[in-house]
Amino acid sequence: MRMRLSNDEASFRQQVREFFNTQIPKDIRERAASGETREPDDIADVQRILNAHGYAVPSWPAAWGGREWSPVQEHVFLDEMHLAHVPEPLTFNVDMIGPVLCEFGTDEQKARFLPGTANLDIWWCQGFSEPDAGSDLASLRTSAVRDGDEFIVNGQKTWTTLAQHADWMFALVRTNPDAPKRQEGISFLLIDMRSPGINVRPITLLDGSVEVNEVFLSDVRVPVENLVGEQDRGWTYAKFLLGNERTRVARVGVSKNRLALAKRLAAETPAGQGTLLDDPMLRARIAEMENELAALEVTLFRATSGDVDQAAIASILKLRGSELQEQTTELIADIAGPTALAVDGPSDEIPRWAQRSIRSYLAQRKVGIYGGSSEVQRMIIAKTLTGR
Amino acid sequence: MDFNLSREQTALRDAVRELYRRNYDIERLRETAIADRGWTSDVWRSLAETGVLGLAIPEDFGGAGAGIVEVATVMTELGRVLAPEPILDSAVIPADLLLRSKDPRQWQGTLEGIASGDLLGAMAHEERGDRWPHRAVATSATETADGWTLTGSKRLVKHGDVADFYLASARVGDDLAFFMVDGSTQGLSRTSFRTPDRRRGAHLLLENTPATPIELGDPDAALRRVETLEQVALCAEAIGSMEEALRITTDYLGSRKQFGTALVTFQALAHRLADLHVLVEMARSMSLYAVAVLEDGGDDPVIASRAALQVCRSARVIGHESIHLHGGIGVTEEYVIGQYAARLMAIEARLGGALEHLQQVASGIDAYDKVVLG
Ligand SMILES: Cc1cc2nc3c(=O)[nH]c(=O)nc-3n(C[C@H](O)[C@H](O)[C@H](O)COP(=O)(O)OP(=O)(O)OC[C@H]3O[C@@H](n4cnc5c(N)ncnc54)[C@H](O)[C@@H]3O)c2cc1C
Repeated sequence: MRMRLSNDEASFRQQVREFFNTQIPKDIRERAASGETREPDDIADVQRILNAHGYAVPSWPAAWGGREWSPVQEHVFLDEMHLAHVPEPLTFNVDMIGPVLCEFGTDEQKARFLPGTANLDIWWCQGFSEPDAGSDLASLRTSAVRDGDEFIVNGQKTWTTLAQHADWMFALVRTNPDAPKRQEGISFLLIDMRSPGINVRPITLLDGSVEVNEVFLSDVRVPVENLVGEQDRGWTYAKFLLGNERTRVARVGVSKNRLALAKRLAAETPAGQGTLLDDPMLRARIAEMENELAALEVTLFRATSGDVDQAAIASILKLRGSELQEQTTELIADIAGPTALAVDGPSDEIPRWAQRSIRSYLAQRKVGIYGGSSEVQRMIIAKTLTGR
Repeated sequence: MDFNLSREQTALRDAVRELYRRNYDIERLRETAIADRGWTSDVWRSLAETGVLGLAIPEDFGGAGAGIVEVATVMTELGRVLAPEPILDSAVIPADLLLRSKDPRQWQGTLEGIASGDLLGAMAHEERGDRWPHRAVATSATETADGWTLTGSKRLVKHGDVADFYLASARVGDDLAFFMVDGSTQGLSRTSFRTPDRRRGAHLLLENTPATPIELGDPDAALRRVETLEQVALCAEAIGSMEEALRITTDYLGSRKQFGTALVTFQALAHRLADLHVLVEMARSMSLYAVAVLEDGGDDPVIASRAALQVCRSARVIGHESIHLHGGIGVTEEYVIGQYAARLMAIEARLGGALEHLQQVASGIDAYDKVVLG
């Protein structure tokens, strides 16, 4: 047993740290650090820089730009990326559709989509959830009916993240409403967002950001060559995809950054005779969170070395990771205290981080909801224990 | 011991409830909150006619002569509907401070103006670099041949964007004092801001600003009393917001179907609702306790802190859970539940926060053996 990184892994860490800190423009990282990332530009710029250096899609097969890194290296890479405040590459491209196409796509689909996906020339969005199909995703109703060489798609997707920038959507659609099990009548389709019949309506979140959308599909024609894998087997591919999503969302580095920021802000906030960071109760709370985060990080290490129950691990990471993300934004709102009451106005009076703190706190409740809510993760973990 | 409302108090509660039911629905509330100053003059006039604006002002000064129980009862209703009108900040608090003065008759016109809805006041007390309980007053008062002037800056003046007058704290030498500052006077500049729960306020800059002293006898005691009133009123408001947030959430889980059944049929969620209900009840108990003590004339900041601590703890969980249990729709700006969570967070920030109140309570535990209520 060994926790320490090997010499090679340590020098790998050094190398990627230097890369992030020298090759990703400082202004992009500063904006990300203060929650002001410019979409889509910053995301696209970063992804293209990563791609130019062979870092865009390390987990893909080597033939498509992957690096065949060990799980430890993948973890270290992501961790350093977070610690350097580099905006994450678009997860829909890198972690979702890319791996799905690599695994289940046709050669034509791979050649057509993968290079542009890695370079973010194609911006993907995820069309899974529907108004009546959230936690119960398998109840989705958007229909696709075969008509010659095309499917005709009708229905509505919702919560579609960044669909306003998307060129393409990968979507789950119902191709067989009569299948004996609901999961068996679903297919995985690639839909050009410029197709006639697609309408995108933005949804504003509690921090004022426009990051999710409703996507209405009416008689949208999708060529059959945009079907991924086999018709009616889409659920299998979706499960493969969601497993990837959940391990990524632990975001230990993001929470670490936020705790470091919290300490800095508390040390700058006058309270009583000293600063807020002198307060033993606040210190205890921060220490507690740092410890929880350390436990999560070690668990992540154990996961990368295959030491934990594979069926439960993704859910454990998602559940704890999202709880800690929620708690760290809560901590910042508490540090802002009374100054959280102004959301605009002069920043020399109330600093911007304080102005943002409550609204960020509110909007960050999303992390316990998306990617399978905490209850869904608990159900998965419980199932591994009880077998039911 | 009696926790029931009297017939008059029930009638008051129902009148306020009805007034808001008539004037707002969720859409109207949203439009109002986004527009301009964030509340409605017509509703303000109706509140004056109903006697709400002068609720705790004696009848001699144009008010209804009611007490803290009535104020708290109204606040709970306001919290329930997220009422945007600045009743506490522009009417109740300024009136209470003026009524502490040695000779309230000096402020007869102002008090009548508050009760009739013609005058909006605001407390201008908080300053930079200070947290609850705010005591770092650096604004200085100077007596000149033409009267007093104030110099300094006040921040986060709640609803200070529209105030006709401010009650500003300042130092005379080392002593705390309060002054009346006309909202349109020379040497006063204000910068308005919005709050996370879509209300308004202003930061003030005072530069040799003419001001009239308010003779308070013991200004520190008056400040403590007004702050205790504010805390108790905000706690009562939070109770209304929590109850309604829980009601909306319970309704939602009753109607939202996933896996072929209403979500509320999943025991994990039903138990959660039960826990939230317990939290509301605990907070309500402490809120009523603080109301009763203040009504009896004991403006004990420790008791107010006990209530605030309980309310902050409950509010935090209820705000979070009521968003979470809604799923995606909970984090949208359009759907109302997030506004309840926002209001609860804003109330917590105004109360000072659980940590601060816990400190207040914790600092005294060696002075007594057991907690004795009363
Ligand atoms: C910011 C954001 C971005 C998103 N991005 C995307 C995207 O890009 N693409 C996409 O397809 N989807 C996306 N989603 C959708 C997300 O996956 C769903 O919101 C999520 O699956 C929950 O579904 P729901 O919102 O319908 O909540 P519901 O399923 O209605 O759940 C409501 C509440 O009930 C709980 N619950 C549900 N079932 C049970 C049960 N059986 N037992 C106990 N508790 C239960 C839930 O945990 C939740 O707390 C996004 C969501 C958000 C908020």
